[in-house]
Amino acid sequence: MQPIPISAVPAPLSGFVASVHAGFPSPAADHAQKRIDLNEHLIRNKEATFLFRVRGDSMTGIGIYEGDTLLVDRSIDARHNAIVLAVLNNEFTVKRLYRRGGVVRLVSENPIYPPIQIKQDEELSIWGVVTFNLHKLY
Amino acid sequence: MPTKPVQQLALVDCNNFYVSCERLFRPDLAGKPVVVLSNNDGCVVSRSNEAKAMGVKMGQPWFQARALAEEHNILALSSNYALYADLSNRVMNLLAEFSPRHEVYSIDECFVDLTGMPDLRTLSYAMREKIMRWTGIPVCVGIGPTKTLAKLANFVAKRHPRSKGVFNYNALTDVQKDKLLSGIPVGEVWGVGRRLAPRLSDYGIETVQQFKEGHAPTLRAEFGVVVEKIQRELQEVACVGMEEVTPARQQIIASRSFGNPVRDVVSLKAAVATFVENACVKLRAQQSNAAMLQVFLQTNRFRPELPQYHPSMAVPLVTPTDSSFIINRWAGHLVDQIFRPEYAYKKAGVMLSEITPNTQRQEDLFAEAGQEEESKLMAVLDRVNQRFGRGMVRISSQEANRDWEMRQERKSPAYTTCWTELPVVIT
Repeated sequence: MQPIPISAVPAPLSGFVASVHAGFPSPAADHAQKRIDLNEHLIRNKEATFLFRVRGDSMTGIGIYEGDTLLVDRSIDARHNAIVLAVLNNEFTVKRLYRRGGVVRLVSENPIYPPIQIKQDEELSIWGVVTFNLHKLY
Repeated sequence: MPTKPVQQLALVDCNNFYVSCERLFRPDLAGKPVVVLSNNDGCVVSRSNEAKAMGVKMGQPWFQARALAEEHNILALSSNYALYADLSNRVMNLLAEFSPRHEVYSIDECFVDLTGMPDLRTLSYAMREKIMRWTGIPVCVGIGPTKTLAKLANFVAKRHPRSKGVFNYNALTDVQKDKLLSGIPVGEVWGVGRRLAPRLSDYGIETVQQFKEGHAPTLRAEFGVVVEKIQRELQEVACVGMEEVTPARQQIIASRSFGNPVRDVVSLKAAVATFVENACVKLRAQQSNAAMLQVFLQTNRFRPELPQYHPSMAVPLVTPTDSSFIINRWAGHLVDQIFRPEYAYKKAGVMLSEITPNTQRQEDLFAEAGQEEESKLMAVLDRVNQRFGRGMVRISSQEANRDWEMRQERKSPAYTTCWTELPVVIT
């Protein structure tokens, strides 16, 4: 008897949800599907996603308020206009990223806060991209 | 007949793992001297490179290192195991994507079988970058034809800045291999360490190369078959395989040192009840029963001027069981038997052994009634604890007096495991 080497090539598997009942078939049975799972929709890259608690009011303009919970994904590339969790002066901050024509700025969503210009020799450290904000209503 | 391809085993391990975990949520600690302390804030178990450079030793008792720490402003943090376990899971899950043949070796090390994959250099850098990008944890990759050499390659990857965190032993010529191994002390080899190194030195073996070239029959006669296997691994003959499935543990130990020494039997029994619970959770998770219970107590070994007493007692569990209730009842009896009031106990523990799968249970003439009911109860207990957090439902004697709990005076928040302890960002 020879051992069979495990193939490293992934093989696609199909699966579907169905149940087999005895007796009169229900018309709904063919359409039975799994209930919506928030984890699947809110978290795309599980191992790279972390939660942060919000303090401060510089982003209220886009609905991020004190006490909210942010979903931050480290694996996504931060593009111009993305809301990012950045490290500035060794502290975490959340801002909209402006990156155009060699100019880099961190922009608030609250008129009382001016944008923060990142100088040419400074390095902006982007910790992750904010994908969702959870704001509790009840 | 085609020759077997050379195994390309990678050992991926995290740099200064506990410190790296703490730094992920403390960007202000980058480049600073930081250490993490063990259970009870007892010894240093992780050091940042800056702390290493200042002379803090691995395993150094904290009370010794404290003066040095104050002088150099070294920050000491208590172990935050919930955080480390979560970040470890993320790292391991990511590594699993690179190869179906992988084996988690410890909380911060994983063997990954890359045999047959093209362009290992690029692949190794890709692994390193992905882990750093996704989890913030820096890792090094060492590749070799055997596990022992993979570990050694990882050691090289870590130490030599030119390697940029990746080192492939298989890519060396024979001459280069000899030169490399001649420059590494034999104590660095996996399985040798500080205990065996002096004894090997007696035989004139100081370097890894000398060990590799050592007279095999003599080594076997003097040190046994394990050391012979290590030598063969260095000679590129694999003796330690990749585990397909993690084997069920044959012995489960749960023990802790106490923050403050315990003198009363009620507190001791409460502590032991918690250890029984922890051990039984592991037992049930691997679907096993235990047939032997041992309980042990210890006074403080590091205070030899105090009266010393290290008793232990074992009892066979006539019907193999996984029931916390039954085992705890016996554990209580054992504590009663060995406890002496004139001593101050610094550590206690339980060991479950003679472990068998719970499908193999043999019916016993003296079988205690209600085994099945107990099993159902245990399953419910486990589910409740899983949903609401370990320790939500506890056996009643666990409540009394938690004074013995670990000292953890400088623990960081449970950033990724507790809704109320999330890292804060100021917008």
